[in-house]
Amino acid sequence: MNSIWVITKRELSSFFDSLTAYILLTVFLGLSGFFTWLYGSDIFFIGQATLQPFFSIAMWTLFFFIPALTMRMLAEEKRSGTIELLLTKSVNDWQVILGKFSACLALIAIALLLTLPYYITLSFIGPVDHGAVWTGYFGMLLMSMAYISIGLFASSITNNQIVAFLLALFVSVFFLIIFDVLAGNFTGSMGQFFNFLSISTHYESISRGVIDSKDLIYFLSISFFGLMLAETSLSKRNIVE
Amino acid sequence: MSIVVENLTKKYGTQRAVDNISFEVKTGEVLGFLGPNGAGKTTTMKIITCFMAPSDGDIKVGGLSIHEHQDEIKKKIGYLPENNPLYYDMLVLDYLEFVANLQGVPKEKIQKRIAEMVVMTGLNVEKHKKIGELSKGYRQRVGLAQAMIHDPEILILDEPTTGLDPNQIVEIRKLIKELGKEKTVVLSTHILPEVEATCDRIMIINNGKIVADGTSDMLRKQAQGQEILRVQISEAGDRDSVISSLSGLESVALVDPVEDNNNTFIINSNENLSSRKPIFNLCVLNNWVLTEMTPIETKLEDIFRELTTN
Repeated sequence: MNSIWVITKRELSSFFDSLTAYILLTVFLGLSGFFTWLYGSDIFFIGQATLQPFFSIAMWTLFFFIPALTMRMLAEEKRSGTIELLLTKSVNDWQVILGKFSACLALIAIALLLTLPYYITLSFIGPVDHGAVWTGYFGMLLMSMAYISIGLFASSITNNQIVAFLLALFVSVFFLIIFDVLAGNFTGSMGQFFNFLSISTHYESISRGVIDSKDLIYFLSISFFGLMLAETSLSKRNIVE
Repeated sequence: MSIVVENLTKKYGTQRAVDNISFEVKTGEVLGFLGPNGAGKTTTMKIITCFMAPSDGDIKVGGLSIHEHQDEIKKKIGYLPENNPLYYDMLVLDYLEFVANLQGVPKEKIQKRIAEMVVMTGLNVEKHKKIGELSKGYRQRVGLAQAMIHDPEILILDEPTTGLDPNQIVEIRKLIKELGKEKTVVLSTHILPEVEATCDRIMIINNGKIVADGTSDMLRKQAQGQEILRVQISEAGDRDSVISSLSGLESVALVDPVEDNNNTFIINSNENLSSRKPIFNLCVLNNWVLTEMTPIETKLEDIFRELTTN
């Protein structure tokens, strides 16, 4: 447990020591603020005191930002060889991966925390469905977990950050768009199956204020499988090099 | 703390990087790994440090097997990998603290250990810089400092002196010798005088197999087989008679006069015999003046070349 925390702390401070964290926070807040308050189907356009516009735009901003965070994490360590230094310390593969995972999640949590003023502002404008807001944030964290583990997996199978980034996008786009489109094209059990695989189905139901165990299991199992695959591919060094 | 390697094999695909090797390193021993590139030195080290699993065989570190007790073993080993990878965006002191935390150094001792390491490796001037801003030699010192920060009982150093200037090399060698008194040290290097200067024992690996193992003296003898002396005798008169009397000695196999110097001979002894004493006695007997008697040693370079080219 302690080792995970040590790694998390290092990763977080490396976000803040470089410009990564500041750029991410600024652009995330800028984009989501712009689309929530000023442009398109923003809050004033809808005319309801709801954070729904923010949640749907954040789904997309996170889709691009999380791979940018995770692409470096394992690929760069493998390229520069520091992974050897790290794994010959008193830590195992799981602790390294979980440490990096929680560092990313913490940065996303900080980004989300900084959007709380939206919520406060909104509560002055009109009657807000408080439950829906909190579950919306909760759903966003769950979705981030899924994206982060997909990103870590992508980063674990290559030494090249760009490849890791594109690969993470490629995998995520299935969950975000393609399964959704397929669900529309098929009927019956096939359609239901793809519908279940689609992130937006689960995310929307959570951000409306319903926390269903089905949705929880969905996000947690994507995260789990992503991390497990990342761990497996990290431990592959035992077999081939 | 000892390291026992038993029938270790590591395959990359069909290639055997390490091929069924066994050896033991005792507590307080400094073992030098020699071998051409790709001989299997680094692979062996990576397996000892639990970075990679072997294809076959076992290593016991202090009696604990690498298959079961990885966490405990990693805590006891300080490792400096080849090429010395480091986080270039971290500050030297932050990095040392990070490693100390990972290696489970007790919280209250961390600052003290860091201060000791900084002094020991001479990092004082550079300690507030980012690692990426340091010169190669200083990075190497950071690598050594992080390997030793938790006061491990075993040090595994993969080419510890690359990139250092001659003064630093001498310092680091001295440091390794010093550490080797209490700790078990395994180091690999291409620099042959370095092994002689720092190691108690030398092991030469080629194509994943151990081809030689022993102290540098033992290796020399093994490679040479017989004693070779360079002898200069003056005031001896006739050269041919000197040669014939020298050849007459029981222990002498061959006398070879050096062309351009009348009085100098290269004398090969018979196997396992020394001709130093008989030659001296012969000179005394005939009233010759013995002005030089030097044993000619096979250079470690020659041994290395002989064992690793085939």
